Amino acid sequence: MAKLEEVDSSTNLQAIHDRNLKKKRMKENLTGYAIISPWLIGFLALVIGPMIASFYLSFTNYNLLSSAQWTGIDNYVNILTNDGRFRQALTVTLIFVFVSTPLKLLFALFLAMLFNTGRKGTSVFTTIYYIPSIIGGSVAIAVVWRILFGRNGAVNEFVQALGFSGVNWIGNPDTALSVLILLVVWQFGSPMIIFLAGLRQIPQELYEAAAVDGASAFTKFMKITIPLLTPVIFFNLVMQTIGAFMTFTQAYLITGGGPMDSTLFYALYLYEVAFEYLRMGYASAMAWILLVLIAGITLVFFLSSKYWVYYESEGGR
Amino acid sequence: MNKNNQRLLRDVIYYVFVTAFGFLMIYPILWMFASSVKPATEIFNNAISLIPSVVMWENYPIGWQGFGRTGFDVFFRNSAIVTTLVVIGTVFSASIVAYGFARINFKFKKILFACLMATVMLPVQITLIPQYILFHNIGWVNTFYPLIVPAFLGGAPFFVFLLIQFIRGIPRELDEAAIVDGCSTIGVFWRIILPLLKPALVTVALFSFMWTWDDFLGPLIYLNSANLHTVTIGLRNFMDADGGTNWGPLLAMSSLSLVPQFILFAFFQKYLVQGIATTGLK
Repeated sequence: MAKLEEVDSSTNLQAIHDRNLKKKRMKENLTGYAIISPWLIGFLALVIGPMIASFYLSFTNYNLLSSAQWTGIDNYVNILTNDGRFRQALTVTLIFVFVSTPLKLLFALFLAMLFNTGRKGTSVFTTIYYIPSIIGGSVAIAVVWRILFGRNGAVNEFVQALGFSGVNWIGNPDTALSVLILLVVWQFGSPMIIFLAGLRQIPQELYEAAAVDGASAFTKFMKITIPLLTPVIFFNLVMQTIGAFMTFTQAYLITGGGPMDSTLFYALYLYEVAFEYLRMGYASAMAWILLVLIAGITLVFFLSSKYWVYYESEGGR
Repeated sequence: MNKNNQRLLRDVIYYVFVTAFGFLMIYPILWMFASSVKPATEIFNNAISLIPSVVMWENYPIGWQGFGRTGFDVFFRNSAIVTTLVVIGTVFSASIVAYGFARINFKFKKILFACLMATVMLPVQITLIPQYILFHNIGWVNTFYPLIVPAFLGGAPFFVFLLIQFIRGIPRELDEAAIVDGCSTIGVFWRIILPLLKPALVTVALFSFMWTWDDFLGPLIYLNSANLHTVTIGLRNFMDADGGTNWGPLLAMSSLSLVPQFILFAFFQKYLVQGIATTGLK
């Protein structure tokens, strides 16, 4: 009897314990959800909901005023086969991304190396070189760029002082894109700071050992600096490439996509289609194509990283 | 001796190059400030020069008047309202959400965390159009709400991620000790986590300030009335308003629009540089 009671009370205890644990877990779940609720609401209402809506709209004709009309894959077919301006936008964007990003990273790496030589005053220089990347995206700088590269701007004055004839940099389809590329490359300060942080992580002993072995500066750069910096290069490459694909403000303000669509960036054309022509369905389809494009390129970077990014923990490649 | 000379020469070349290139880097900015006090004729004649023949401070009050019927006092006020509320919303909501992800165990946390990370790199263009339709349907177009409310709903996912990483670095023993002392979950956040999170919050506040102050696309899409326009839109319209004749005042207002950034940069440079170096924020 006593024994039976003992068993009984122990199972009782177990049950109480279980119930308490369940209660505790339940409470923890509730607290957790309450605490992340701001993000959760935002995620559902401003990300997932809109993404579903955007996907649906991409198969319709929708102009905000009348209700959406289902058109199947027409939008996608028209974009990919029938839209000359889309092809132009894609070409311009790809040129822009694959010219400006490598240039920006080259400048960033070169100056980061210069500022990593341990000389005095480098922190002041780092600051100065970094300023353009904080304010480069502002309207104020767009205004400055428009005047500096205008017909009678300072750039032409300089060019003419050197004895060449001036160019209407912004008004000429051959040069307008380079003006925007220059503006983006000018903002190499933030990747430079990331490179600098990466360079400082490289153990000095490696260079000392290489020096003992009589390695030249170039060999040290190729065999120590570059391999150990590849994770940082990879990070900068991915971030800057994705960022470049979405460039909008500066092109909108400086060239407006012109002249003759020579700077019609993808984001700019998408804005035009959506908010000037109010072709929201067509623009949604363009947005999905952009997402697939960016995801595809990012995926290629990640897949290729196996072959060129050096991760120390894996003992090499 | 010879070696010393060689080193001296290398140092000289180094500093000459770094200084000259640095000057070229900030030339456009110096040029903007210099030209903002130039007489109109000198912005294009003698364009390269950074020294005006006479200092025309008048460009500032003339620019401040704006154009049409709206002055820059209105634009600056609007930018200040939007930016302040966005910074408050972001700091508050991103830190509490990060605390939830870093410290509390709840069902589906891993999946939700993956969702958070997936949105970090999501192009704005994907959600831009349906968000606009949503805000249009609830009557929020031509108000500040579409610019401000998202900040209170977690803000940019990147900030949440940054803060999660930071909180993970805070020893859990501190939380546990506080719980033993009778602190609630919120109490731990308020008394333990938040004070220790301060440096990371400064970084988040700085970047959200800079991004919001600079934001052009959001105000362009959502704000129609001139009396709601932010500085960025005001400047754009000012640039187009007179067909480009009022360059001096335009550059004066451009310079003024960057003053908040320069002040923050001067005081919080360390946080900015650290923020970029550790997380890759722009």
